[in-house]
Amino acid sequence: MRKTLVAAAALSLTLALAACGGGGSDGTAKAGDAATIQIGSMYEPQNLDNTAGGGQGVTEALNGNVYEGLFKLTDDGKVEPLLAQDQKVSDDGLTYTFTLRPDVEFHSGKTLTSKDVKASIEAVTAESSKSARKSSLPEIRSIETPDDATVVVRLATRSISFVYNLSYIWVFNGDATDRTTKADGTGPYKLGDWKRGSTLTLTRNDAYWGTKAKNAGVVFHYFTDATALNNALLTNAVDVVTSEQSPDALSQFEGNNAYKVNNGQSTTKLLLAFNDKVAPFNDVTVRQAISAAIDDKKLLTSIWGEYGTTIGSMVPPSDPWYEDLTSVNAYDPEKAKQLLGGKTLTFTLDTPSYDPHPTAATFIKSELAKVGVTVNINTITADEWYTKVYQKHDFQATMQEHVNDRDVVWYGDPDFYWGYDNKQVTGWIDQAEQAKTADEQTALLKQANRKIAEDAASDWLYLYPQIVVASTKLSGYPVNGLNSQFYAYGITKS
Amino acid sequence: MIAYLLRRTAILLGSLVLAAVVLFVLLRLLPGDPANALLGVGATPEQIEAARRELGTDAPLATQFLRWLADVATLDLGKSLVSSLPVGPEIVARLPVTVPLTLSAFVVAVLVAVPVGVLAATRADRWYGPVLNAIAQLGIAVPAFWVGLLLITVFALRLRVLPAGGFPPDGWGDFGAAAQSLVLPVVTVALVMSASLIRYVRSATLDVLGSDFLRTARALGASPAQALWRHGLRNAAVPVLAVLAMELATTFLGAVVVESVFALPGLGGLLTRGISQHDYPVVQGVMLVSTATVLVVGFLGDLAQRLADPRLRVRP
Repeated sequence: MRKTLVAAAALSLTLALAACGGGGSDGTAKAGDAATIQIGSMYEPQNLDNTAGGGQGVTEALNGNVYEGLFKLTDDGKVEPLLAQDQKVSDDGLTYTFTLRPDVEFHSGKTLTSKDVKASIEAVTAESSKSARKSSLPEIRSIETPDDATVVVRLATRSISFVYNLSYIWVFNGDATDRTTKADGTGPYKLGDWKRGSTLTLTRNDAYWGTKAKNAGVVFHYFTDATALNNALLTNAVDVVTSEQSPDALSQFEGNNAYKVNNGQSTTKLLLAFNDKVAPFNDVTVRQAISAAIDDKKLLTSIWGEYGTTIGSMVPPSDPWYEDLTSVNAYDPEKAKQLLGGKTLTFTLDTPSYDPHPTAATFIKSELAKVGVTVNINTITADEWYTKVYQKHDFQATMQEHVNDRDVVWYGDPDFYWGYDNKQVTGWIDQAEQAKTADEQTALLKQANRKIAEDAASDWLYLYPQIVVASTKLSGYPVNGLNSQFYAYGITKS
Repeated sequence: MIAYLLRRTAILLGSLVLAAVVLFVLLRLLPGDPANALLGVGATPEQIEAARRELGTDAPLATQFLRWLADVATLDLGKSLVSSLPVGPEIVARLPVTVPLTLSAFVVAVLVAVPVGVLAATRADRWYGPVLNAIAQLGIAVPAFWVGLLLITVFALRLRVLPAGGFPPDGWGDFGAAAQSLVLPVVTVALVMSASLIRYVRSATLDVLGSDFLRTARALGASPAQALWRHGLRNAAVPVLAVLAMELATTFLGAVVVESVFALPGLGGLLTRGISQHDYPVVQGVMLVSTATVLVVGFLGDLAQRLADPRLRVRP
């Protein structure tokens, strides 16, 4: 009896452990243009349509890879023509005439025509559209297609950022019916298989009109757990991580010469946003005092170590109107006390419950206690933030990450949640959009950016780092990932 | 037996409907609005209103509930609010990960727990009896995700014999890779599950060991092993069977938790994402399927118990 039991116990344990005998990584990795690049990411698309709530994941996987726009935003923030070969703007700035590049084919084999472009722009402006770009586009009066190679767009108002915004509008096959699970674009990759919750595969489009992809294809591997993602990189299950979100995990790659940690530029700003319409923040000196009382650099270092930067205002370095404004309302607790003039203040800080907000809120609380300001931290969920803060404007101060580039323009909208209302700034921002030249636009937005910094419209705590960690065998990957795009066609594996 | 079956089936159906109501109401009590999560910063109030209309979340709760119930009755679990893809196929696509994971973990847990539990009881007087019992106690106290992380560190990061997580793009088409990626998750869930099972098996065996019928069997000349094998195991099986049904349900929940540690594309990932995005149809769908599974397994467990124990078949 005893022997049988012991044997049974031993057998079941052996069974469990015997299964562990297999090998981990496969030894069939190919190099050069036959290689398939394994990409790890936390951002799985919701669906494959960026006008139907596909989220940042769909931009990362498909933008520039499967779909292309008339223009493209390069990794260093420049706008270049892509499917548009030529553009003409009328003198009043209201009519744009685009000539399409000839002989471009969709993956399905259909030739690109102006009708596809028209359908693609209309999908973004449609009433049902959930595109993030919808609200930044100017009112479009009409889109005409006089011939297959020409698109004429008439605007209701002048808009200097129209061409820039077109770089976010994907040109799809206008005859395609299902864009949520299929994709028919003109890009260097065709959509392969999408295993939801797991992987999305792209394969090289050998009939591509431009320079063909330098690898045979890419597989995006999706993770919900940052540790699992990092483990995948450590075990070579993935070659590169598009955006490292856990600062603590970086040390395991920094000391290891099999990996390279790339410190790129992001457009994500962490804000301490005041409600500029209610007390005590309707008083500009209070806002300036609070901004001067918080040591942004120290906060950044405590969260991200040597990564990330402080920028002193809303504009990140990749926007053309960037200016280093860290010296405006710089850290100076003595000056803060002076500005407050011995007053004691108390305010409630609505803090989103997810990282890094609670940590940052605690830091702010202790910094402000030193100058006699009491902070009550009120932790809220992301959803409550949208309802309470964003929609009802029912708050004194809050924290939020603002991820988009070129989003300083929100300070020109007095109805935006932070309630900053300065006629001059609104005027400059409106004029900038109507500007005739990029230089004029840049000058006006610089002016606006400086003014909001002086007014301490918000306290811009820091700019997030954009960290791409990759195997040293990999080269040619984008490091800035502006607005979550990740061009994969230049990546090679040795 | 037939009357019992009918009664038990009625209870099963009743519980399912009740579960559906509770699920629906609880989800709606959470603060927040899916339209927000969908559109993000920069959305105008008009856009949010339009999204709400399109999603149907502007209708009164009762209407929303009846709509959903009518759909469920026709096996249509609705469309995700976030991805606008149908929920049913999404759940079915996740089953090839969650079901094998749950079943293998359960089988391994039983294979480990039954012999070890019996051993811990019959050898309570030897040194390893209490030691086995203590190890089982420890196993209950340890959370599954921690065991998972530990196994990843040892077998994936140090020894490099198994993948740290993920599932092959070809799924079960690449059988070897798929099986390999399930080894560590299965061991994780099985270890944690067997810890509590061992304790049940041990106490059930101890009860039987102290029983009159076993003493009688011994008095009639059976050896300890014979007595235990012929009379003891069947008696000990009754409480264990009831527990097994519950354990299978717990194993399923354990699998759902462990999936995210191992980046497996199963129901767990779907559920976690659904919750964070206020995607009601997805959360409802996954929870309803899980609840139904647990209830049906409980139902089968009750039946199995009746078959194993003739005394239960007599109406009191």
